[in-house]
Amino acid sequence: MTMEATIARSAAEIARDVNARTTSAAEVTAATLAHAEAVEGEVGSYLTLLRDVAESHARHVDERVRNGAHLPLAGVPIAVKDNMCLENTRTTCGSKILEHWIAPYTATAVARMLEAGAVPIGKANCDEFAMGSSCENSALGVTRNPYDLTCVPGGSSGGSAAAVAAYEAAIGLGSDTGGSIREPGAFCNLIGFKPTYGRISRYGLIAFASSLDQIGPLTRTVEDAAFAYDAMAGYDVMDATSIDRPVEPAASGLREDLSGLRIGLVREFDTKVLGEESDALYRNAYRDLERLGAELVEVSLPTADYGLATYYLIAPAECSSNLARFDGVRYGLRVEGEDVRSMYDKTRAAGFGPEVKRRILIGTHALSSGYYDAYYVRAQKARTLIARDFAAAFAGCDLIACPAASCPAFEFNAKSDPYSMYLMDYYTIPMSLAGLPALSVPCGWVMPEGASRPMPIGLQLAAPLFAERLLLGAAHAYERATNHALAHKPELAGVRA
Amino acid sequence: MTQYEAVIGVECHVELKTQTKMFCGCLNEFGGEPNTKTCPVCLGMPGALPVPNEQALTHIVRTGLAFGAEIPVFSKFDRKNYFYPDMPKDYQISQYDMPLTVGGEVMYWLDDGSLKSCRLTRIHLEEDTGKSTHAGSGDGRIAGSSYSLLDFNRAGVPLMECVSEPELHSARDAVAYLESLRRTLLALGVSDVKMEEGSLRCDANVSVRPAGSDRLGTKTEIKNMNSFRSVERAIESEIARQIALLAGGGRIVQETRGWDELKGVTHSMRSKEEAHDYRYFPDPDLVPLEIPRELVDRLQAALPAMPWRRFERYTKEYGLAVNAATQLIDNLSLAQYFDDVVARSRNPQQSSNFVLGELSRLANETGVAVADSKVDVGHLAELIELVEGKKINSKIAKDLLVRMWDGAGSPTALVEREGLAQTSDPAAIERFVDEVLAANEKVVADYKAGKTNVLGFLVGQVMKASRGKADPALANELVKTKLA
Ligand SMILES: [Zn+2]
Repeated sequence: MTMEATIARSAAEIARDVNARTTSAAEVTAATLAHAEAVEGEVGSYLTLLRDVAESHARHVDERVRNGAHLPLAGVPIAVKDNMCLENTRTTCGSKILEHWIAPYTATAVARMLEAGAVPIGKANCDEFAMGSSCENSALGVTRNPYDLTCVPGGSSGGSAAAVAAYEAAIGLGSDTGGSIREPGAFCNLIGFKPTYGRISRYGLIAFASSLDQIGPLTRTVEDAAFAYDAMAGYDVMDATSIDRPVEPAASGLREDLSGLRIGLVREFDTKVLGEESDALYRNAYRDLERLGAELVEVSLPTADYGLATYYLIAPAECSSNLARFDGVRYGLRVEGEDVRSMYDKTRAAGFGPEVKRRILIGTHALSSGYYDAYYVRAQKARTLIARDFAAAFAGCDLIACPAASCPAFEFNAKSDPYSMYLMDYYTIPMSLAGLPALSVPCGWVMPEGASRPMPIGLQLAAPLFAERLLLGAAHAYERATNHALAHKPELAGVRA
Repeated sequence: MTQYEAVIGVECHVELKTQTKMFCGCLNEFGGEPNTKTCPVCLGMPGALPVPNEQALTHIVRTGLAFGAEIPVFSKFDRKNYFYPDMPKDYQISQYDMPLTVGGEVMYWLDDGSLKSCRLTRIHLEEDTGKSTHAGSGDGRIAGSSYSLLDFNRAGVPLMECVSEPELHSARDAVAYLESLRRTLLALGVSDVKMEEGSLRCDANVSVRPAGSDRLGTKTEIKNMNSFRSVERAIESEIARQIALLAGGGRIVQETRGWDELKGVTHSMRSKEEAHDYRYFPDPDLVPLEIPRELVDRLQAALPAMPWRRFERYTKEYGLAVNAATQLIDNLSLAQYFDDVVARSRNPQQSSNFVLGELSRLANETGVAVADSKVDVGHLAELIELVEGKKINSKIAKDLLVRMWDGAGSPTALVEREGLAQTSDPAAIERFVDEVLAANEKVVADYKAGKTNVLGFLVGQVMKASRGKADPALANELVKTKLA
């Protein structure tokens, strides 16, 4: 089998072959590592390549398979976003403050992937502490979009997305706080799937905003997203916010059509602002949904416009508290000072990048006495209203369809002011505030202004709480009927070869 | 001259007795090598998350119920944000505006037997921090130290914070309140309340005002008190300081003051003006708590006897002295044993005499608790009945009790088997009296010469001759008659 044939298989195909012993986890791992080493110079998906760890895991998987185990993700190479702990490996959050920190334990979601047979290839680059929409905020490395190396991969799970798009892994683990899986999914021609809040344990995910953070997969097919979800979802005693309720397996619920489904289009979401080309593609996508048997209905989310403002109070408030522990006392970077106070100040000044500092300041202010009621409490109330809007909307439809991001992948440094960057997540943030499952699935290619290559855009589908099976099932039908993802290949020497 | 009245409120931090820490699976035990009882959760490692300890929640609810507090259906955990090197996450998980219990009151008693009460504001749950040791400066203080050592074994241990209303008016009141609180926590089994291990720490808010005024004066908060004795001395000294200051035309500054055990004075620590903005907000890692009514009812029904109820019963119904009642209550197993004896003997006074007297002495000598001894409560009740019915005298009773301690069983059986019953037959005793008088002619002569203090010796000889069985009162009477 050629290297490309080995690494370009989907996770489902790899697991099938390894379980059937027509190939081995060791073989897949070796091919993936070799390919990753070949393309990393162009893409830069990983902050740490885990060659030894991967090889040892692969041997272990092969041994389990030889002993008769059937592992749902046998030998599947995965990229782990570097804000998830993996025992004895460097876990940096893309930050100087944790640049040399070795995690002493493994995150539950990662442990469940490994238990299912997955092989960790590396720790993927990300925006510092998962704050960003382009992956440009990483303090430790640059990741490029495999479809156009002059463009960003999207953020904050950009490293995981790029790794999967560049065939350096079959599944990327990302975390989505306001769109950080769905948006890089859209930028990198992938499925970016954020499950219901609390469905996958956050234990071992280094917190950005605890009430919003959610781990999910980035994959090249919907089927792979379902496999990853089935492996990771479910109650964890180590996470008090994880949900103790049976999981409906998603992999067995994949559909071929959308008959009987009502899909809501949000009246307030105007797609004309995205430009003529994108607008036409989204209209096309909605028609495809209809063609597959869905009934399109209009729904209203009158408070969704407050999503951005609400999010940029709640998320920074939580982050200001969550990131307090990075103070130089116990682990990570320490810059010595004359006393404890100045050590804190110097350490945090040197350790955190501008976006992290900006959000800590906003959050600290929003929580301070005198402003707490005006900012934090009101934001919580707005959040409740947004969740109510969704509940009302879902009374009239099964799923909601809308764009996944405000634009396709852009060139580095194209969005230098923070506010234009924040606007990127306009379509993803409301679902995050409501805790809903949502995904992005490729829905076409556009030629951005000045670009030399077509870039993918993503359709976002959102579902009611816990309706992952329905959501992935419908996305699968759309993916199979349209096949947009297959229209173009990444711009990589390693892949072209 | 103005008379002043003190107004005192007390905040107690009590370490709860639980198997594991508040939010993780680490064992909650005192001591051990530094940093050996820790895990990613209580060390606040990146990515680690807290999971609440149900046993700790139950402890707080039971404590609230014991003091008659209200248990709101909803409660939640908040983060108290501030930077401190021994705090793993640089925020402490605590409860801000929705504590587990609201209100209630602590009944306590003073040495004169009077029962008083002080209302509670709230009881809430929080996690303890680690411990810093400042080294290199010689005096253990942070100023001038060259480095600090951190031990996180205590980090994450569940703490109950019990806040009183400012309703105490003297140092003595404050200590009696604390003692009652301590007894109750012990009775509930929610804490070992060992001050020497730091499992009970208290701060006192002290202010004074002209007697009769209903306005509160400016308060100071005294910290770092590590024994009830220090609490008493510190409050007394602070009240005196404030009165002297006011009487001299001075002004009290609101501040935190420390207690210097050696010098016996409080000293200024920091002014309240630089107080932190803790930026409390609901902890997003912990979902709001809902305490089911059914659980509250079940816990209420299973509460043990409260110390002040016992005190009332012992002093008012049983007529025991304050000291005896307190002694019993301060030893829970002894109090329970005592209650069981009284239930059978229906003689609280004699029961308390035996339990606090001979039995406690034997317990001290042997190191075996009375409740764990071989002295069955039924047998002790029998013994009391034998004494009360004048079947045996107290001397025989004491001897029997020693043998019962060693496992001799029923005193009635012993008395019958060994013929130890008291002799109340005057003719029989008269024979012993005659024998003794005949054998002690010199003493009899002394008595007749006016040395009446030899009477005791003669009666003693009669008791001895009767092998202790003679009714001592009757023997005494007969000796006197014969000598007259
Ligand atoms: Zn622990």
